[in-house]
Amino acid sequence: MFLLGKGGVGRSTLAAALGLLAARQGRRAIVVEVSGRGDVPRLFGGSAPAGVESEMAPGVWTLDVDPRQALEEYLHDQLPLRMLADVIGSSTTFGIVAAATPGLREMLTIGKVWELAQTPRRARGGEPYDVVIVDAPATGHGLALLEAPRTFASAAAVGPIARQGRRIAATLRDRSLTALVAVATPERAAVDELIGMRTTLGSLDAELVNGVTAARFSAADAESLREAHAGPQLALGTRRALAAALAADARSRAQQVQLERLAGAVVLPQIAAPEIGVAELETLADHLAALS
Amino acid sequence: MSAGDPVVSAGGALPGGRLCICVGAGGVGKTTVAAAIACARAARGERVAVVTIDPAPRLAQALGFDELSGEPRRVPGSGELWAMRLDPKRTLDELISSLAPSEQARERALSNRIYRELSGAVAGSQEFSAVAKLYELDRDGSFDAIVLDTPPSRNALDFLEAPARLTRFFEGRALRLLLAQGGLATRAASRAGAPLLGVLGRLTGTGVLREITAFFTAIAEMVDGLAARAAAVQALLGDPATSFVLVSSPRREAVEEAIAFAAQLRDARFTLAALVVNRVHFTGVAAGADPAALEALLGPRLAGLLAGQLDELEALGAADAAGLTRLRASFGGLEPLLVPEFGDEIEDLDGLARVARHLGGLAGWTSPPAAQ
Repeated sequence: MFLLGKGGVGRSTLAAALGLLAARQGRRAIVVEVSGRGDVPRLFGGSAPAGVESEMAPGVWTLDVDPRQALEEYLHDQLPLRMLADVIGSSTTFGIVAAATPGLREMLTIGKVWELAQTPRRARGGEPYDVVIVDAPATGHGLALLEAPRTFASAAAVGPIARQGRRIAATLRDRSLTALVAVATPERAAVDELIGMRTTLGSLDAELVNGVTAARFSAADAESLREAHAGPQLALGTRRALAAALAADARSRAQQVQLERLAGAVVLPQIAAPEIGVAELETLADHLAALS
Repeated sequence: MSAGDPVVSAGGALPGGRLCICVGAGGVGKTTVAAAIACARAARGERVAVVTIDPAPRLAQALGFDELSGEPRRVPGSGELWAMRLDPKRTLDELISSLAPSEQARERALSNRIYRELSGAVAGSQEFSAVAKLYELDRDGSFDAIVLDTPPSRNALDFLEAPARLTRFFEGRALRLLLAQGGLATRAASRAGAPLLGVLGRLTGTGVLREITAFFTAIAEMVDGLAARAAAVQALLGDPATSFVLVSSPRREAVEEAIAFAAQLRDARFTLAALVVNRVHFTGVAAGADPAALEALLGPRLAGLLAGQLDELEALGAADAAGLTRLRASFGGLEPLLVPEFGDEIEDLDGLARVARHLGGLAGWTSPPAAQ
């Protein structure tokens, strides 16, 4: 399951919440990020070294994919000569090879994601997962990730990476195996990107709108607030309270306009908490249960 | 307020402000902040160019362009504000074209598949072409100030190291080793490169390797020029006239990214001139409101709804205040400039002027802010 969307829409948070939801349903889930920033473990109130599969909550694992480590694994899987694999897996050589091969980084990342979804796993000692949830990079780079296997399969007609590319591309194409989930906030730019993705990807398996504020006031209510705000002899605090409510109402109405463009999307509430932790993730998981 | 109103107090010269680079994670409103800074400076009578990467359609419309363009165009009704939307592929194409020794060399490079992929959406090329454009506009000398919006990135190094990385790429070992394969280098280099090439070939398939070799052969004559350009661009990033403006939101993820970004800027010895926190909810929006007076005014039902709304705003404000506290603790003396949450409202020049009012200290910029 790939979570795609504009930067700042809360992909990591929703990926973590989906992990919790899967675990609730008794499935072994892993939430994969590619940022190198450890955002997902932090949501669970912990941390995990890059490149290590770590259990953050019962049944929910996380992994921050390190492309260099993915290359090493791939080489050990593919090359008979261990020494040579060590040489080419070294950081200097990796830098050179990765720089000389556009898209290789993406290819290795998606290759690792594919490996996580295999039963049995190809990685030594790896336990299989029922669900692999990918917190993909922001829209453009996220799509590049999905494109990489096909690009490699067509650029390299023969050779192991072409075979690998074809195999991964087939998995990604098979929508009974791979789900594409788009995330947006109820704002014009994010919704524009989501609608653009529908076209680019052909179809989406689910659409999530994150950070939606509750619509509290009817049109008549808003009119009453406006009248009251325009009235004479209001105390400053009262006038400010009315102004704040009117501004919030205007934002909520703007959100509703954007929501109408995404009929059928799962709506997730804005969370007003200094820090998102397991409790907030559980709440989001409740809302996401509508998905399954 | 219209865009023509004075939105900032007139300042003197802008030390450290001729080139202004807005950096930060995706989704925090970098483009809006960059455009607002440019707008405010143009309102002060400066001739300003703003280079944006991927503006939201409405903002693009407000800035007067509907499509990618290679050169800045004047924004109607905004003084001397010029705007351009960066076309990374075109910028790189132009660079290659200007460096190619012959028409054939140009064609060979531009038609190569590896080049086409490199110059497309591949990470790094956007960053490089952004700074390359900044360099060109700076050399051109026709603007008092240039404001650059940068590609969304989780890693400041993607951007700061783009020139150096492309230099290494063009002149580095990969090139020599691959040229050796193409039969253009010495036998010794060829021997040294053989195992690496063998593995690379095995890994990627021979088709890719052939394309890569062809690409490096095609640009061999341009390497010195490209490296020189990348070095000049790198020097420009570190120039005292270049200042970085870090844009964040008060949300936890963005705050963590901003802190990491700032550390990377500091390590690379770039000067952080300002920290802008965008889309802030404030606490105390209804401080002093009298519930009894509101109930008398609105009736119990609507007063109840209003109270719920105010509680929610207060909670959002408190959440953002926690993010700001964390930012202030990490940024020491650099007081963040706070821009309120405007929702979807910032989509024209008036909207940009509203944002700019909150950046007064930045746009006024009468003395160099304390460096971190």
